[in-house]
Amino acid sequence: MTEILSPLPGTFYHKAAPDKPPFKTQGDAVAVGDVIGLIEVMKSFIDVQADAAGKFVRYVANNEAAVMAGDPLAEVA
Amino acid sequence: MAIKVVKPGLSTTVQDLGRPGYYHIGIPISGGMDRFALRAANLLVGNPEGAAVLEASFLGPQLEFTADATVAVTGAELSPKVDGVERPTWTSFPVKKGQALSFAFLKGGARAYIAVSGGVDVPLVLGSRSTYTLGALGGFKGRKLEAGDELRLGEGAGASGRIVPPALRRGPAAPAVLRMMPGLYWHRITEAAGQHFFADTWKVAPEADRIGYRFRGGRPLEFVPREPPFGAGSDPSNIVDACYPYGSVQVPSGAEPIVLHRDAVSGGGYFMIGTVISADLDLIGQLQPHAPASFACVTMEQALAARHERQKQLAEIRALF
Repeated sequence: MTEILSPLPGTFYHKAAPDKPPFKTQGDAVAVGDVIGLIEVMKSFIDVQADAAGKFVRYVANNEAAVMAGDPLAEVA
Repeated sequence: MAIKVVKPGLSTTVQDLGRPGYYHIGIPISGGMDRFALRAANLLVGNPEGAAVLEASFLGPQLEFTADATVAVTGAELSPKVDGVERPTWTSFPVKKGQALSFAFLKGGARAYIAVSGGVDVPLVLGSRSTYTLGALGGFKGRKLEAGDELRLGEGAGASGRIVPPALRRGPAAPAVLRMMPGLYWHRITEAAGQHFFADTWKVAPEADRIGYRFRGGRPLEFVPREPPFGAGSDPSNIVDACYPYGSVQVPSGAEPIVLHRDAVSGGGYFMIGTVISADLDLIGQLQPHAPASFACVTMEQALAARHERQKQLAEIRALF
């Protein structure tokens, strides 16, 4: 099991827009560089990219959660 | 001598102590949001205090050096790594030609100041190397750094192994307390609203940036009823347009206070509840999104004493080197 960590503080989103599906759901294949979520900070949205490949297990941080740099966001196995 | 930008980070800009003297025509001072940390970083590498450095917000850049240099990182707890080996913050260290400078995850604070011996050599614009991104002015091509940029450095060998001892470092407490002097428009809110403003705990909104730091989470302000003066709008937080000082706290519609910072807009039509004192502006630059903060009411005498205290702390660092 590998955790994908937040590279910076901000607000974490599972979806590209409120009416869009989450970037990943359980069982999805994850490749290095895949976008798994967004962090909003300073009026910008920054892609969170997977730094490990495998199968998506779950989001650890909730949608719209306030996160710190280094907080776990999701699990990949 | 040069630095190649491999990865720029989130928002990394060239900043010095800023561009005073043009605010009346709408060009803000810009410069490092945490001037104390910027000065300390320069002193650590043997630069003049106001040399241009890199200000990195939340996420460190990845840089490749094409010449030997001395580097120091102050401000946020964003640990530098030379070819992957971690170095301490608030300490000067050598980086050899061909080596890479990268950063660990942010552990505290919000903005790191990366000083390099010789200083970052970009053209002076209106007397400063600072970047004002909103006006596309100064710094490196008037913008934040991008991958592939190459920065020139000034002359200077630097001095490795210098340390600012922990007692002389400065960062915000949690929750941060921002000292503020009530302003000309204080009479516009009710007495109860004034009490709530100082009593409530606010949180930094994620959209806070170099222009202004927005806070939310406190109770909305209640205004004293009035007939809107000619030229002001109908919203109770509107005023006839006025100048906005650095540190001034505007509260549009009484909902979310915004503290204007180094890239401030120079004027407008929102009432200002007061002004955060100059000694605490540096601390704002180190607040992360969602960080708790409160405002404390101070007098002019207390504000001047706080400024004096900060100058003393800086003098102690100067005396070390």
